[in-house]
Amino acid sequence: MTDKILVNMTVNGMVCERWIEPRLHLGDFLREELGLKGTHLGCEHGVCGACTVVVDDEIVRSCLTLAVQADGAMVETIEGKSESGALRDLQDAFLERNALQCGFCTAGLLLTADALLQAEPEADRARIRDHISGNYCRCTGYHAVVDAIETVGRQRRSGGRGHRHE
Amino acid sequence: MNKIAPHPAATTVEPFVGRGVSRPNARRLVEGRGTYVDDVELPRMVHVAYLRSPHAHARILRIDAAAALDLPGVVAVVDGRQLAETCAPFVGTLSHLAGMRSPPQHAMAVDRACWQGEAVVAVVAQTRAEAEDALQAIQVEWEVLPAVTRMDSALEPGTPVIHPDLGSNLCFHREIDSGGVDAVFAAADVVVEETYEFGRHTGVTLEPRSVLADFNPAERRLTVHHSHQAPHMMGDLYARLMGIPEADVRVLCKDVGGSFGLKVHAYADDFATVALSVLLGRPVKFVADRLESFVTDIHAREHRVKARLALTRDGRFLGFDIADLTGVGPYSMYPRTSAVEGNQVINLCGGPYDHPHYRATLDVVFQNKVQTSQYRGVGHPVACAVTEGIVDLAAATLGIDPLELRRRNLMADDSFPRKGASGILLESLSHQRCLARLEEMVDFAALRRDQAERRARGIHRGIGIAVLIELTNPGAAFYGTGGARIASQDGATVRLDPTGIVHCASGVGEQGQGTETIFAQIVADEVGVPMDRVRVLTGDTAATPYGGGTWASRGAGIGGEAVLQASRQLRANLLEFAAVHLELPVERLRIAGGAVIDTAEGVPLMDVAELGRLAHFRPDLLPAGFQPELVVTRHYAQRDYPFIFTNGIQVSHVEVDVETGVVTLLKHWVVEDCGRVINPLLVDEQIRGAVVQGLGGVLFEECLYDENGLLRNGSMADYLVPMAGEMPDIEVAHVETPTRSSELGAKGAGEAGTAGAPAAVMNAINDALRPFAVRLTSQPITPEKILRALHPHLAD
Amino acid sequence: MKAPPFAYRRVASVAAASALLREHGDGARLIAGGQTLLATLGMRLSEPSLLIDIRGIAEMQGIAVTGGHLRIGALARHVDVERSALVAQHLPLLSLAAPHVAHAAIRNRGTFGGSIAFADPAAEWPACAVAADAALVLSDGTTSRTVEAADFFLGLYQTDLRPDELITAVRFPLPGRHRRFAFTELARRHGDYATVGLALAGDWVEGRLHDPRIVYFGVGGTPVRAVAAEAALAGGRAEPETLERAVAELGGELSPSGDLYTSAATKLHLAGVLLRRGIQSLIPGEGQT
Repeated sequence: MTDKILVNMTVNGMVCERWIEPRLHLGDFLREELGLKGTHLGCEHGVCGACTVVVDDEIVRSCLTLAVQADGAMVETIEGKSESGALRDLQDAFLERNALQCGFCTAGLLLTADALLQAEPEADRARIRDHISGNYCRCTGYHAVVDAIETVGRQRRSGGRGHRHE
Repeated sequence: MNKIAPHPAATTVEPFVGRGVSRPNARRLVEGRGTYVDDVELPRMVHVAYLRSPHAHARILRIDAAAALDLPGVVAVVDGRQLAETCAPFVGTLSHLAGMRSPPQHAMAVDRACWQGEAVVAVVAQTRAEAEDALQAIQVEWEVLPAVTRMDSALEPGTPVIHPDLGSNLCFHREIDSGGVDAVFAAADVVVEETYEFGRHTGVTLEPRSVLADFNPAERRLTVHHSHQAPHMMGDLYARLMGIPEADVRVLCKDVGGSFGLKVHAYADDFATVALSVLLGRPVKFVADRLESFVTDIHAREHRVKARLALTRDGRFLGFDIADLTGVGPYSMYPRTSAVEGNQVINLCGGPYDHPHYRATLDVVFQNKVQTSQYRGVGHPVACAVTEGIVDLAAATLGIDPLELRRRNLMADDSFPRKGASGILLESLSHQRCLARLEEMVDFAALRRDQAERRARGIHRGIGIAVLIELTNPGAAFYGTGGARIASQDGATVRLDPTGIVHCASGVGEQGQGTETIFAQIVADEVGVPMDRVRVLTGDTAATPYGGGTWASRGAGIGGEAVLQASRQLRANLLEFAAVHLELPVERLRIAGGAVIDTAEGVPLMDVAELGRLAHFRPDLLPAGFQPELVVTRHYAQRDYPFIFTNGIQVSHVEVDVETGVVTLLKHWVVEDCGRVINPLLVDEQIRGAVVQGLGGVLFEECLYDENGLLRNGSMADYLVPMAGEMPDIEVAHVETPTRSSELGAKGAGEAGTAGAPAAVMNAINDALRPFAVRLTSQPITPEKILRALHPHLAD
Repeated sequence: MKAPPFAYRRVASVAAASALLREHGDGARLIAGGQTLLATLGMRLSEPSLLIDIRGIAEMQGIAVTGGHLRIGALARHVDVERSALVAQHLPLLSLAAPHVAHAAIRNRGTFGGSIAFADPAAEWPACAVAADAALVLSDGTTSRTVEAADFFLGLYQTDLRPDELITAVRFPLPGRHRRFAFTELARRHGDYATVGLALAGDWVEGRLHDPRIVYFGVGGTPVRAVAAEAALAGGRAEPETLERAVAELGGELSPSGDLYTSAATKLHLAGVLLRRGIQSLIPGEGQT
């Protein structure tokens, strides 16, 4: 009765089809079935934000999403977003500002920050802090992370790559 | 002779050391291409899950695991007794902590579990999920034993003794006494006294503890992929406990997802996982899940400190009298022990100040809770909060401005080197210069005006100051003299490759703090090549010189000095080589920007890559009898002092909502003297991160236990780690007093933030609440505690 | 921390979900956003044999104004409520509360109906539903019934939902033009479950507060409506003395339990603080009516 189920989803632009156990969460699916190790599992109960991925253009916790529930969805991970260049400005800003240390939380933070800046490139420091509060970073003091996101928001507003949602 | 085009950087090369260059090795991390242990997959790899004791203290009467063996995917089910045949027990004591005791501990519980979370049965299966499924099929029959949970009654006669062979629950006791303390206190104009409490907290690295052990029975070699700070230490321990020659053990630490001291220890789980791989002859992976992390990762900081300070009427400090009690779990942690934190508390209290008298006692007691041990700051946050808390109490008692009282008592910058009253040796500190720098950064007068004006409107803001000292760059005094095989020296191997790339291998690893970057900066400057011609390798015991690793804020100061020395020698070798090849006197040559330069004419003569090519492929062109040496290894151990102390000051500005007890962190300032700053970009954010861990400790984080010794908040949702929303902007400035114990001059910087932040915030809260005549001295300072202080009826 | 094995079925109708619930009894659980359920499964706190995925049920979607009501489909996600212009226009209470629901990534997946059905006593939506006089539409696919939110929450994680019923929608009566709302919440960290929270509603007519709703969360097993405090404020101008009378009434009608970080007595104290602050933001400032 816990038979495997066939799922079909588009991950980073590639269609993939797998027979999986229903209990497999999306984070494990990406890591174990597809070898996409850039999505990190920090708590597996939806608190730390390290496992954040993009499903149908919205950030979600991959540990709180069953892979079978992503059937038919468009999933994007840090690997895909890096290859497409979609996060290049944020990644550069994180590096320039040293907004990461161990890097374990970084993929989740980048995707979360990008979601904010797509909707609100004008977000101020308080708004940025509020928005990324679902993503724990234990190494930085968050200060540099906020700096980096603020900088990219300014760049995107001034023409670079502003692509507003809605 | 090869003439090359002038290298653009050849004439004027700005040094890399001192510049805020970003980390070349971090691009992979922002692109999701790091390699953490859980990312590594090996052929025939299996996964282990541990059945853990649900009780704080219980005898194991019977284990029935038959049903588990039949479940899908299960490879093996092993209990503590079986595992003890492969892995010897271990004892977490150090001989220089005289009188310290701890019983032998096994990789998994044998007969008895002594804390909730101790591993009792291992299930090895094809997947972690299958291993967890099988755990549910195992029946353990327990006899629950009384648990020792409170440290204050742990030594009382009625309390059960956890290890009867030891006769009591005392792990370690120590006294420091400069003499004459009672007389000084009796004669002093003013004596202030207060008790400070510190809740247990834990490190919560985002990447959990992770081990992938791969024992190859054919060649009896063990390879361990480990998320760890001290690979050589672990290799030695695995070798000795499993009976494998150390030469046949290799420990690999690639990307480490946060460590903070939590990953410098040797956990029972590590030994169990490695022993299972030895037993099964195949790779076994253990990645702690978050719930088991909370009950197995080391905790820290459960202290209660009674402090007294004697002063003259005009605010001159006469002496400190300290009594620290700390509870450390049922076994002292192996191999660094659980007594170092308390030991540092009593070494460090009163440390920034000039005072002739000092007395301190330390009691370290066993409890049936998770083991405690070194976590970022190790005793400093406690000592700093006690010292700075009681200094503020004295200031309030005497009616002296807190900044002024500190100014009167801080050790003078020109008084070093010297001894502190507790006996610590201090090389060179800069309290006065840091204070001056702080006053440039922070407009105290404006903050005080703002405070008074808002106070009139019922808004309560406070300003808190914390001066700190931090021990860094330890010598052998820390562990080696106590008999632990933990290297205090570190080595670096630097070599010129045939393509002109300079390769550097170091025993100090990268945990994200930027070790590899600062090493590359040092190599670049000292050899004379651009930074992009440097490659750094760390985290592999088979390929790096033996070293201590990353802890006690030693990476830059110890590892960096070894890199510097090796690089300088390589440059000398290259110059000698070039001189021979070019037939020029060596004094005429220097290396800069990757080229050998004729200093007489100021022109580049050849690229160092050409030296690499000649040495490797055309030795026939070299004079007979000349052999270029392009690989250099140098070691460095800091032997001038037990530790090289740093100092700094922090200020916290807070607002306390006196109706809700909510503390809002408005701003935080840091002035830090970590000696020579190699890379301000990296050190600043490392300091900020450390500050935020301190802010977590003072406001949010605590491992809450019930009376049965069961952890009540062991999940990421219930244990409150600081999030971005509650954290302030943090301004950092530096004063640089290079240590003379090395040529690099760098001291450590990784922990001072954590050391000072709790004291600064505690003092700021108490400053805000001065009109209410209450003081909060129990950390974490929660809204509940603030409200109980302000509204006594809530405390009933 | 891996979930135990279970079977998984998607359904496209309330009737199909209900039939599976009847067939599998206690072994079956509904899953929509799964933002609470999946964490509890990972911890193996519950071990259902079957998860019924209801996200594909068309009739449970959407946010609309119909027949004098604002109807929020049970499958509307928190983020849909947060961003909805209809909600902002007609029921700003929900717009005020939405940012307090966890964090963005959770709000993108968790559902409005799921939160109400789970009935966490420290969650925002149940209290908002009570404060805004919502009615819950419950259905087993054959029979549909409507239950006032005030009557729905029975005890800690206990609701009036029958084993084979689903919440299909939440219906909010469209407030009159004098109706005003306020929302305030204390949490240790932003986005955490509330220590104490308060949803407020009331008509402000000619300087007087009429028909107030004072609904707390985080202070008991269910959202708690403070009826005596409402009575103390009803018809008055919410001047300080009246407000203090209302606060004094809370002691008689809230009996909070302590949680990990906050004692019962402190929660009661905080409930009073929130009432004072909440009323301040509920009533218009000088010069407004």
